Amino acid sequence: MPSHAGPPAARPGDVAGVLRLLVYLVLAVVLMVLDHRGGWLRTARAQVEVAVQPLWWLAGLPSRLGTSMREDAATRAQLARDNHVLRNALLVSGARNARLQAAAAENERLRALLGGVERRRLDVQLAGILDIDLDPTRQRLVLDAGAREGVQVGQAVIDAGGLMGQVIAATPTTATVLLITDPDHAVPAMVARTGVRLMVYGGGRADLLHATDVPLSADVRAGDVLLTSGLGGRFPAGFAIGTLGPLRPDDSRAFLEADVAPAAQLDRGRDVLLLRGYKPPAVSPAPCAAGVATPGCAPAAASAPPAGTTVATPASASPMPAATPTATREATP
Amino acid sequence: MSRSRNGWVLPVSLLFALLLGLVPMPALLQPVRPYWLALVLAYWVLEEPDKVGLGVAFLLGLVADLAFGALLGEQAMRLAIMVFILDRFRARLRFFPVSQQAAAIGVLLVNDRVVGIGIHLVLGAVQLPWTYWLAPVLGMVLWAPLHLVLDSLRLKRRG
Repeated sequence: MPSHAGPPAARPGDVAGVLRLLVYLVLAVVLMVLDHRGGWLRTARAQVEVAVQPLWWLAGLPSRLGTSMREDAATRAQLARDNHVLRNALLVSGARNARLQAAAAENERLRALLGGVERRRLDVQLAGILDIDLDPTRQRLVLDAGAREGVQVGQAVIDAGGLMGQVIAATPTTATVLLITDPDHAVPAMVARTGVRLMVYGGGRADLLHATDVPLSADVRAGDVLLTSGLGGRFPAGFAIGTLGPLRPDDSRAFLEADVAPAAQLDRGRDVLLLRGYKPPAVSPAPCAAGVATPGCAPAAASAPPAGTTVATPASASPMPAATPTATREATP
Repeated sequence: MSRSRNGWVLPVSLLFALLLGLVPMPALLQPVRPYWLALVLAYWVLEEPDKVGLGVAFLLGLVADLAFGALLGEQAMRLAIMVFILDRFRARLRFFPVSQQAAAIGVLLVNDRVVGIGIHLVLGAVQLPWTYWLAPVLGMVLWAPLHLVLDSLRLKRRG
């Protein structure tokens, strides 16, 4: 594609060149706006991303090689030592697990007595993270497993610490995960101690989340642990999201806001777990069922996001829960 | 310019630049990752303007946006602007000594950061921390070696 048709010495007043630039700029702006607003372009983009997979694979190669070389170079003594440490860790977790299982069984019995819904067992799939750096302004990960391994768009992604994010695109061999720290992401949360419901938004950095629009009267303290509430139907209830930092009044002075330190390890280079077989509870009959163990389910549901809408489309996650505070904000001054 | 050339260097160098943008780096070094794609593209615009121009820059930008998972069109726009300016001053830049060329590339990379910030401001996206302003400096420093390497690859050695 010859782009510079003129002689080697560029003429300063080359109108055609400027026009070509303008055409490209307009094209770029149109693409950016369309992509930013989501919709069909985002879907089309997921299709085209199949084409860049070899690039991802190649870029991930050095670190994969490095890992395998390190593993090959490990000595017997090292392996024996690792084995010993891991065995001990397994013993401890096994003991803890046994206690938890008793509690879970008891919980199940009590739940059956109360006539509540039974909670499904955790069914997970292990997936490796493709070790590449994506655009630093966006909080995304690429997984080394795709539709061929049964990964589906919308699956929740967790690690040992807690919730990491959700799958937003799946190609045959890779999947893109939107992390909860992405500014486009929102999670319906509840405070583990009191059951107060909040929305937690991504802060755009790997170690930062925001809880906004916390009512002044809510029983929320710094240091409270936030769990997924299960509302919205995207994430099952009860996964750790993070720990609340100190609360401060927001710009309107009518609500509080706080930073949240994520519970999961959100940097790359580890394996993650994909939740499988979680079917969001049917929307109509019992919206409270998902947010188990929350007292005052019905009134809280009004301020919480409506089931099925909020988190399903990450980009448009904010409007609903933010609706109330904005109205108040305009009314305050 | 009657020397025979290695035709494969152009696509391979661009592909390599794309890969270098994706290769994982420690979090501390991430902000100073130079914009390899812009550097390599700048070299080709200066040396072979018949092959690399606005169209190539735009398409390459789109591929990079897809590969980096960035906003579609962002890098296409940034690279198009950069190539346009380079093309305008090509006649002069080509005969600059390498040190002055590097300075000009540094200014272009800074301009590129400004354009990027502008795009993010307009769309309300996240801004990068200030440490990312160090990347153009590193890009400037890397211009001379990159120029040397690509030159030696592009022009077949004789004898």
